[in-house]
Parts: sequence; C-alpha cells; structure tokens
Amino acid sequence: MRIYPAKPVKVYFYATCLVDLFDPQAGLDAITLLEQQGIEVIFIEKQTCCGQPAYSSGYDQEAKIIAQSQMDLFTENWPVIVLSGSCGGMMHYHYRRLFKDDQNQTQVDDFCERVFELTEFLVNVCRIKLKDQGENTSVVMHTSCAARREMNVHVTSTQLLSQLDNVKIREQDYESECCGFGGTFAVRHSDISQAMVEDKTRHLSETKASNFVSADWGCLLNINGSLEYQGNPMRGRHLASFLLERTGGK
Amino acid sequence: MSQANNGVQIEDLAPEHFHDQAKAALADPQLRQNFRGAMDYLTDKRKIAFSDPTEEKRIRDLSAAIRQRSLSKLPDLLEQLETNCTNNGIQVHWAETTEQANSIIAGIAGQHNAKNIIKGKSMVSEEIELNHEMEKLGIECLESDMGEYIVQLDGDKPSHIIMPAIHKNKQEVSDTFEKHLDDFTPTVDVDELIKTGRTRLRKKFHDADIGLSGVNFAVAETGTLCLVENEGNGRMCTTVPNVHIAITGIEKVVEFLSDVPPLYSALTRSATGQAITTYFNMISSPRRAGELDGPEEVHLVLLDNGRTQAFADEEMRQTLQCIRCGACMNHCPVYTRIGGHAYGTTYPGPIGQIISPHMMGLDNTKDLVTASSLCGACGEVCPVNIPIPEMLQRLRQEAKNSPKNNRPAIKGQAAAASRIELLAMKGFAFAASHPSLYHLGSWSATKMRSLMPSKIGPWTQCRTAPKPAGKTLHQLIKARKQGQKS
Repeated sequence: MRIYPAKPVKVYFYATCLVDLFDPQAGLDAITLLEQQGIEVIFIEKQTCCGQPAYSSGYDQEAKIIAQSQMDLFTENWPVIVLSGSCGGMMHYHYRRLFKDDQNQTQVDDFCERVFELTEFLVNVCRIKLKDQGENTSVVMHTSCAARREMNVHVTSTQLLSQLDNVKIREQDYESECCGFGGTFAVRHSDISQAMVEDKTRHLSETKASNFVSADWGCLLNINGSLEYQGNPMRGRHLASFLLERTGGK
Repeated sequence: MSQANNGVQIEDLAPEHFHDQAKAALADPQLRQNFRGAMDYLTDKRKIAFSDPTEEKRIRDLSAAIRQRSLSKLPDLLEQLETNCTNNGIQVHWAETTEQANSIIAGIAGQHNAKNIIKGKSMVSEEIELNHEMEKLGIECLESDMGEYIVQLDGDKPSHIIMPAIHKNKQEVSDTFEKHLDDFTPTVDVDELIKTGRTRLRKKFHDADIGLSGVNFAVAETGTLCLVENEGNGRMCTTVPNVHIAITGIEKVVEFLSDVPPLYSALTRSATGQAITTYFNMISSPRRAGELDGPEEVHLVLLDNGRTQAFADEEMRQTLQCIRCGACMNHCPVYTRIGGHAYGTTYPGPIGQIISPHMMGLDNTKDLVTASSLCGACGEVCPVNIPIPEMLQRLRQEAKNSPKNNRPAIKGQAAAASRIELLAMKGFAFAASHPSLYHLGSWSATKMRSLMPSKIGPWTQCRTAPKPAGKTLHQLIKARKQGQKS
C-alpha cells in the first residue's frame, strides 16, 4: 500500500507523448481537473517521452538516457502527475529497476516516489468529490494492464466514475484482460495482438454502453484503431475528458 | 506423426518457428474455443480456491520465501539430498545434459534387461524426450497419466504442463480413442472415456519392468521424494514395477519436510483449484524387509539442462522458484489464444518463455521473449511470486546486447541484436532527450497529418493508422498561457 502525501500547492504535469500528439485536449482537461482542486499545475515544456518503447524492447541503455533526461526536468519536490497508468508504471516502478546498480539510485528513488497517476492522485491525495451534472448515461471503462497490475489504479478510476450519480458503469467480459497493445508487441506479434484486440473490442461493444473511456492512450490507440477498422462507431476517449464534461467543466 | 494446429507437423514444432505456429493456431477456431473454455474453467476454479485475498497473499509469500531460501542454499541442499537419499537406499544420479539423463536411464534399463517402462506424469521426461530416445533402444515407454496417454496415442505432445491434452475437447478424445483403440464405442461421456483409458492401462502397470515418475518436491532433510497427483497412476508407477526411476530438475529440492505442506497447498490451489489432490505420495526408500509392496530399486536422476545458468544470475534465479502449477499459462492472454504447441518448447506459456532460453539458448528462443504484451497477469497469479514480466524484460535485454562485465553470459546472448533497430532506438533516445528535436518531430507530425500513410506495416493489418491532432499539447499550452497573459 502506498502512503499518500497531503494535497500540495503545486504539481508537475506529465502528459505523455501519446497524449501530446494524439489527444492534447485530454491533457488540457486533466490540467483543468487539477486546477479545480486549487492546485497550480506546472507543465515543463521540455518533457518528451518516458522511454518505455526502448525499455520494453530490451534497450536499457537508450531507455536510461531518456529516463535521466526526463528526471532532470522535475527538480522541485512537487508530485509529478502522469496521464497514463502505463507511463506512470514506467516512471514510478521501472525507473528504479533501470537505475538499480547506479550511483544516483537515491535521486531516482526520490523521483519515483513523487510519480502519481492522475486518478490515484485525484482520489487519494486530492480526495476529490465529483458532482455529476449530466443526463443519465452509461459507461464502460478499459484500464491498462500497467494501471491495473503495476499501479493498482484501476480501483481509483472506478472510484471516480462511481462518484457520478447519473452514470451507470457497465462491466465487460474479461475486463482485466490485456487489449493486445504492449507497445512493440502489437507489431512484432501482430497476429496474436490482432486476436487480442478484436476480442477486446467485441467485449466492449457487447456492453452497449454509451461511453467508452480509458485513462491510457496506448490502449486507446490500439482499441480505437481496431474499432475504426471494423467500422464500429464506438470510440474511446480519455477518462479526464469524460470527467470534466460530466462535472460541467466544459 | 500427427498434425496439430492446422497442418504444422508435431515433430517440427520448435521455438524458432513460433510465428508460423502461432499463426496456424490462431486460424484454428476449434483450438481457440477449446483453450478459451479450458482456461476460463481453470481460472474460475483458482479464483474460488483463493477467495480470501489475505489467505492468498499469506500462502504466496510463504511459498515464495520457502523457494527462495531453498534456492539460496541449492548446492548444499542437493548434496544433503544425495546423502540422505543414498542412506535411505535411493540411488542418486547426476545429469548435466538431456543426453546424459537418457543414457543414465538407458543404463538402468539395460541392467534389468527392461523392455517396457510405464510412466507417471513428468515434464522433465518430455524435456529429455525420453520416449523417443528409449524407442531408439527398443524400449517402450507408456504414458499412464490420462492426458499424457491421449496425447501419446495421437503421436502428439503435451500442450500444457498440468493438463497435457487440454487442447482437445471430449469429442476429439473420443475420435482419438476410436482411431487407436480396438472395440471402442465412440462416446462423449467423460466418465466413460476415462474408464476406457483406465481399463486399458491397468494390466500394463503389472507387466512393466520399470516405473518412471517425476518429482514435485525433493526434501533434502529426509531424502524424500514427493509426488502430487489425482489419478492414482503415479502411485501405481512407483510401487508396482520392480524398479522405480524418478527424474527431476535440480531446482525442485526443498530444505525441510515442513516446507512441503505450504508449497503443496499453493500448487494444488493454483493449478486446479483443489485444496488437496486425491493422492500425495512420499517416497523415501525402496521396499524394506517385511513390506508387501514397493520397488526393489529406486533411482533418482537430477537434471541440470541449463538450470545452473539461471541459478548463476541472482535476478534470473527467481525463474527456478517455479513449482510447475501452470497458473501463468491459464491466465496468459497469449497462451489462451495460441495454446501450448505454438511455443514449440516443453514448457509453454509465460514460465516456458523465461525458462526455455536457459535450456535452449536465446538464439533459439528470441521470438518467445518478445511474445508477451507484458500485461503482468502471469506475475499476478504466480503462487511463488516469480516476477515473470521482469524476467522477460531482462531476457529481451540480453537478447539485444552483449554480456555486461558483471554478469555471466547467457547461451545465445545478443542473438536478436539488430544494427538497424539499435540505430533506430539510439535515434529515438537522442530525440527524446533533446526536446527541440522532439518538438520538431511532433510539430511536423501535426502539420503533415493529412499526409500520414494509411498503411503502416503490421499495425494496420487490423487497425486504422492513428492520426495526430492538429496541434500538440505543447502548442496548446503555449497558446493557453499567452491567452492567460493577454
């Protein structure tokens, strides 16, 4: 169990490269949610990518170069809020492994301890109370495997959704099963990945939920791409955007 | 020779052909349905067996601690096991390679002029391809575990370490029996199918020259071999024939007899959701004077076959904690879809992906270590807390890079090294650590979004190409700040 700090005055915001490039609005929406909590959000312009693609492909040296360059940007002792469970897992958990035998281990540990995924931060640090202002609707959520098994933040994502009075949460079959993305796995083992994502889209569709959300853009890139390819009109969007919309923030 | 997975010949199955084997399995709807059904059944059973999370954690932590302690003293415990087994009258043999193991077993068979061996379940005997090697010497090996028996009738291989014939449904088992057994009336009544197998095997136990089994736990303290099973065939194999040969990997040793109950509980709950199995055998010696049954001779073959390589590296040593429950397979989304044969290794699924490189070299298994989305389901259920995703990660790294100074080399090290990929990763690392370059890249992507190709390699075989947004978050935030200022 993680011990959470008191609500800070300022936080760093880590958007992740996928949000930066494919869904910048999700980034802005998450910032707004944090600002609504009375927190000043600092966005370091020099941030890029957490290095996960190199790390999960076996290129530890290259991943370390990227990891070091990112850690160097967040010098103040403020929490770093990450907009993805998977990148959060990389920065909170795998950075420690990456620098295991290095001299700057303590510096790395300090950084990793400051990394929080958005939903865990909103629930466990901000103790956010959401007021649903939307019509009755239903939602199905997909949580990334890293969010679920490394960060344990599938719980906090659900807690946020369940605060919305007019939103009915629908559960898909095989909810905890991977969508088949896994970074380079999707292209290195495209046939297996295809079987996995097609099952995932079917299970999501079968819930007939009006909304599909996820807090991880990696999974969304995979699942949305497959839905569109199949001509299925369902599309997933970032949980942050959904939450802000429901609470009347936009 | 028979066929499995849409025309892939069983004897050709090899980890080097993983892509083709996986593809063939994915294209077989019956196979996929069989695996999904069986895995769902097993995962549900495990869930019920571990319905109390506190209890689950307690058992897993305890089991992991026992295995880690045993491994930390492995060389000493193996010697102690040998001493105590020898004192008990069990003859101990050491085999570094699969060839040595086969030659030891062939030697014992030769001494007794044995012509037939009846086997209980043993994955290590699959690992050394015992049946095949003995056949060359004119010795018949008959599988007596029901699943193994079905698989053997078909000239097939096990597709799971606990349930070897799980890739077949009852209709397919009936078809197998009909094809190979005289006077068999086709049926999908499971009890009837099992009865058929049992009846045919019964006489064979009596006539066999040698009984061969695996070992689940070898207790150093007492020189006891523990065997976990449900069918009673294991007990028959180890008591009826005059000679019993047990074969095991060197990692299966535990320090104390009291280490066994927690591991047994973790094993059965994780494997089949059982609190205990129908049979639990403890073999501590050959037949003693005055005893009514039991073999005259008991042999123990201890096999290395790459295990010391895993042992030599403290991180990868965790691989050897495995108690062969198969839970990682049952919960793996990749295994569930392609089944065990696709891996082309004795041990399939997640544990197979991390143990096989030590047995067969990274050069042969480099595709296996990438065949995981690192979803973590395997690590989440492992009853002895092996961090399988971390091991996969580590092996991916070893497959790409030459050995580091402070680490022993791995067989087949750097087999997946690729100059082009390395250059691409170096380029990526350079761009990601030089913000101006990264911004130039992402800015260009937004500007050229309409020119993005609609086909991008394997990604678009089942997905549309992703389209960058019109502006990056970096750009939007800049604009937002300027807006706030003005």
